[in-house]
Amino acid sequence: MGRYLLRRLLFAMPTLLGISVVIFAILALAPGDPLAQFAADPSVPPEVRDAIRENLGLNDPWYIRYVKWLAALLRGDWGYSFASRVPVLDLIAQRLPQTLQVVGVAYLVAILMGIPIGIISAVRPYSLFDNLATTFAFIGFSVPTFFTGLLLILIFSVRLNWLPFIYDSTLRVTDWETFTRQVRQMLMPVTVLALFQTGSLTRFVRAAMLENLPADYARTARAKGLSEQAVVLRHVFRNSMIPVVTLLALGVPTIFTGAIVTEQIFRINGIGELLIKSIQNSDTPVVMAITFIFAVLVVVFNLIADVLYGILDPRIRYD
Amino acid sequence: MGEGGQLHHCLRARGNPVSNTKSSWQFRIVVAVIAHCDDMCGNLQSKICNRKWYNASQGAPISGTQMSEANPPVGNTPATRATVVAATLAQVARPPRSLWSDAWRRFRRHRMAVASAVVFAFLVLGVTVGPLVWRADPRKIDFSRSLLPPNRSHPMGTDDLGRDVLARVMLGGRVSLSVGVAAMLIAITLGTLIGAVAGFVGGRMDGLLMRLTDLFLALPVVPLLLLLIFLFRDSLRSAFGPERGIFILIVTVIGALNWMTVARLVRSSFLSLKQKEFVEAAHALGVGEITIMFRHILPNALGPIIVAATLGVGAAIITESVLSFLGLGFPPDTPTWGRLLYDGQNFLDFAPWVVLWPGFLIFLTVLSINYIGDGLRDALDPRSRL
Repeated sequence: MGRYLLRRLLFAMPTLLGISVVIFAILALAPGDPLAQFAADPSVPPEVRDAIRENLGLNDPWYIRYVKWLAALLRGDWGYSFASRVPVLDLIAQRLPQTLQVVGVAYLVAILMGIPIGIISAVRPYSLFDNLATTFAFIGFSVPTFFTGLLLILIFSVRLNWLPFIYDSTLRVTDWETFTRQVRQMLMPVTVLALFQTGSLTRFVRAAMLENLPADYARTARAKGLSEQAVVLRHVFRNSMIPVVTLLALGVPTIFTGAIVTEQIFRINGIGELLIKSIQNSDTPVVMAITFIFAVLVVVFNLIADVLYGILDPRIRYD
Repeated sequence: MGEGGQLHHCLRARGNPVSNTKSSWQFRIVVAVIAHCDDMCGNLQSKICNRKWYNASQGAPISGTQMSEANPPVGNTPATRATVVAATLAQVARPPRSLWSDAWRRFRRHRMAVASAVVFAFLVLGVTVGPLVWRADPRKIDFSRSLLPPNRSHPMGTDDLGRDVLARVMLGGRVSLSVGVAAMLIAITLGTLIGAVAGFVGGRMDGLLMRLTDLFLALPVVPLLLLLIFLFRDSLRSAFGPERGIFILIVTVIGALNWMTVARLVRSSFLSLKQKEFVEAAHALGVGEITIMFRHILPNALGPIIVAATLGVGAAIITESVLSFLGLGFPPDTPTWGRLLYDGQNFLDFAPWVVLWPGFLIFLTVLSINYIGDGLRDALDPRSRL
């Protein structure tokens, strides 16, 4: 197990390096000038612009900049934002809590809804509940998040005026009143994100359960005289969880990308909103850092999925 | 299911392209294949034996079990033998039910898929023929008619500049659907090529291509898409014109970041198919490698590819509208469904129809495509459940 983990970790390294090269090369080879904003500014003479350029190391060839960037990255120096002159890591640290909060709660809700619905659907296939749940799941992952978001705003903020449609991230939860306000403002973004995840999760759980329900070990458990509940929950469910848990790990990066859209709709100043704003400002260090963080998320959760799979399914050989 | 059908299925399962058998050598292979049918076709073999399957050239029963039986097959006179041979040959020669008619039969049983196919056909018709019927100009600005709710002269209302929403939605649908189809075609072509080479050539090439696939799978797709489009938008716009430049960029980027699952699917089908006897036979006959790959193996791996292609159209449409919704898609004067949503979201509180129609159409399109894909999966790839 230890050796397997080590090998997977060693394999993850070149992947991350490869991704960083790809992202950096795209940025470096693309047209567009990070100092373009100074070009239009008459108070910055061309000599000063050239000095800034030289100072930032922008005149070096891209591979030298890459090596410099990577070395700094490994030292924990992620550079300064071109736009706000704040260290990139500080900027991300400011934004991350809002994103994590919404994404985390949404994922939790999706798990708490998706798994039970999937189980009930599979236990009673083609029943009324199953048909409703399957249709709901299908709609859930077919409807684009931005449309659900706008629809919810239209219904609950504009028409019914129940929920605020702009997220107030300055809100500190200190007492019951601020807590309810926090819950109310999180309700819609979380629903939007959770709807999509619940949809795909339900389908997956249902399929995994359906595959395991007629298995020999389930029949044995029934023959031993176990109650149907014990058969389903203790035997079939645990075996069905093997693919589901890996799916859950693989779904984490997806829900983060989903947050980019949700944050845009509900004006949450999270990491996705920062990405969009930085892209529009040609703020290369921030864009680079966030894209890289997303890549790290994908690689790390792939790794977690692999390891979990190995732990949950003893039939998997490590070497 | 008739015997002919089963025979056909059996051969199909062995990957033998019966429906193409025209020349005699291929028929001999068919006979040979039947002679050593594996357990998958065991049922069929016994049926054929019971019906006294004779080798056409020798006139003796093929089946060993029947040979060892004490009493010879009933009616083993030359005359009856001839009729039996003729009857059996007639059964083989009868145009067999093809894979596609079988798939169509299974597809029809999926009611939602059929309904979705109708809805989708209607949507396609609406965006292609629609503008010819509904002649309102999607670009005509008329401030006196801005933000009118749906009425008789504007069935879907008007937007902030007084443009007819129905006309814009039809125009936008053309762009959105063609982006979806074009991006899917790129992804499928790339994925099939890479998967086919990896699976067929194998060895070091396979390892290399699969590492590449893994690398691409680990790329954060949406941030990268945003980045690429933001960076290359202006240069492509100046090279190909505003609309076509963005179209090429979006389609290429979506296609280039979505081929990985197809490549894996194709690779795994190629890995198992290249071991089959019909490939061996083709090799023995001196058929070229490329021909074997694309004429012999690929048609047998088409099922999963078609399913992936269908679902890919829906995913590409969503991706395009996400980009447009984030303001990084098509320019404002090109209405795509996502762009219409992006432009309309500011009037959500007093003119919701500007947002609701395009949003609903994206939803309807993607939902119907997903249902069609589901039905196709049941029809073409019956082993998979999800």
